[in-house]
Amino acid sequence: MRRVKISVLSGKGGTGKTTVSVNLAKTFNNSLYVDCDVEEPNGYLFLNPQIEDEKTVEVIIPEINSDKCTLCGECVKACRFGALTKLIKKILVFDHLCHSCGACFEMCPYDAIVEKYKPIGTIRKGKAQSVDFIDGKLNYGEATGVPILKEINKLIENVDKPVIVDSPPGTSCPVIHSIEGSDLCILVTEPTPYGLHDFDLAVQLVKQMGIPMAAVINKAGEGDNIIEEYCEKEGIKVLAKIPFKKEFAEAYSKGKLLIEVNEEVKGIFEKLTIDALELIKK
Amino acid sequence: MKQLAILSGKGGTGKTTVATTLSTIIKNKIMADCDVEAPNLNIVLQGEIIEKQDFYGKETAVIDKDKCIECGLCERLCRFDAISNFEVNPYYCEGCGLCMYKCPVEAIKLVEEKTGHVVYAKTKSGEKVVYAELFPGADGSGKLVTEVRKKAKEVSDDNDEYLIIDGTPGIGCPVLASATGADLVLIVTEPTLSGFADMKRVLSAIESFKVPSVVCVNKWDLNKEVSQQIEKYCEENNIVVVGKIDFDETVVKALKNLQSLSSYPDSTAYQQIYKMWLRIKEILDEGVESK
Ligand code: SF4
Ligand code: SF4
Ligand code: SF4
Ligand code: SF4
Repeated sequence: MRRVKISVLSGKGGTGKTTVSVNLAKTFNNSLYVDCDVEEPNGYLFLNPQIEDEKTVEVIIPEINSDKCTLCGECVKACRFGALTKLIKKILVFDHLCHSCGACFEMCPYDAIVEKYKPIGTIRKGKAQSVDFIDGKLNYGEATGVPILKEINKLIENVDKPVIVDSPPGTSCPVIHSIEGSDLCILVTEPTPYGLHDFDLAVQLVKQMGIPMAAVINKAGEGDNIIEEYCEKEGIKVLAKIPFKKEFAEAYSKGKLLIEVNEEVKGIFEKLTIDALELIKK
Repeated sequence: MKQLAILSGKGGTGKTTVATTLSTIIKNKIMADCDVEAPNLNIVLQGEIIEKQDFYGKETAVIDKDKCIECGLCERLCRFDAISNFEVNPYYCEGCGLCMYKCPVEAIKLVEEKTGHVVYAKTKSGEKVVYAELFPGADGSGKLVTEVRKKAKEVSDDNDEYLIIDGTPGIGCPVLASATGADLVLIVTEPTLSGFADMKRVLSAIESFKVPSVVCVNKWDLNKEVSQQIEKYCEENNIVVVGKIDFDETVVKALKNLQSLSSYPDSTAYQQIYKMWLRIKEILDEGVESK
């Protein structure tokens, strides 16, 4: 099978994005689950993969060679992120503000800046039975996980099986990097007014990027129509509804997959995989 | 003015429910919704917008086609792969300026981009809410959080005893911006393996800030075993568990009807949050020794 990339996202955390991703990955036999929620990757809690490989992701930060530095201040002027400050006797680098853009290296007239590698997180690869597994984890206090997402994107470029991407929550820059190049975005939402509000933000983003999308209503029940009306208006297909049950919340809390505790949900996910592929073919 | 920041590690733990309920319980306060990516507070409080300021969060490179001699230097230099075919992809451009500095014919400019709004609203009963709207796909949310807090300070007056900050989910830079300078952080967690993991992550993320933290376990009865683990962890780390909130269907009902939980004053969850506030208030008023 050729690679298809399906990204699961939600305007906000906690709507069931991880639930949908892990259950979907497991329902597709022989798929690759990718956890791009690098600030808080939780997919492994549900899939329990055997980790086979772990690597560190590094970014480049400047180091000032004080023998060569004349304290001319050109680098400080060039840095637009306030990561460099001139003290009386030296240039101070604030690592966590540095975007690794390279401007200071390029602008130093005296070649006084050297590139230093700094680890910002890790990427793990493994296997959870029939599902291949990748996740990224950002170290505490690091500003951005985007370099990790870029590395992950390279890893999944030429995979010949369905790739299910569990995106970061929200609608900012990391989400763009994680859903880029998807064949389909599945937006998970809850039928509440907040849910709709966050859903709308996610819809706008996916639209801007021109990726086909579909919706899954989680915790479905009373009030679904606010999402359905919106979807109808926007021409978004509602692929599945996952009912709201206390039993599911309990299963989630124990790190269990819904498709393993409930036949109805298992059916819902089986249909979801077929419908999702159908949408992509079109 | 005492500042309480409410954090959760991750969205969906009931942070907004706790925040909105607290907002109806606490008098003399001002609310700052720092969840700039998905602000929900004002949706439930339904405040009327008084002021809306543009927020310029980012610079983006723009190439002047008429001047560009297509030398390709900028494309080679840009470390964010933001330039191809002499065009800048604004999503990828970080606004670092390198291309502008190096372009031999000065064909590149950085322009400020509007990436959101800071909004000040007032509810019918005169409560003040400050929140932000970050445009989808925009970045720089840490800066916007700082702006929201600045605005909240600006519109507060002597009557406002408390500033309640509904923080950003996650553990990144905006979270730190939500917690900096607060007197106390309330972490809302839920008894799930992921909730527990997220709580630990957020605790270590804010550790260096020397802001004391307390914890509240939402829906604690969903998994009493994990709840106990959380409590045990907190005890071992000298963190007070200020409240345990039952799994209460009323919360779902209130959410669906766009009401605050205070519309159901007899509900268990409301009562529990009320009691929790009394404890938090005591801690805030006493002042806490940070670890
Ligand atoms: S530009 Fe180079 S020489 Fe000048 S202050 Fe910076 S590091 Fe030193
Ligand atoms: S690499 Fe860029 S962001 Fe980092 S210090 Fe140099 S100029 Fe500043
Ligand atoms: S460096 Fe300047 S002249 Fe060269 S391709 Fe870029 S914009 Fe054009
Ligand atoms: S400003 Fe920096 S990130 Fe943007 S296009 Fe130029 S070099 Fe690339």
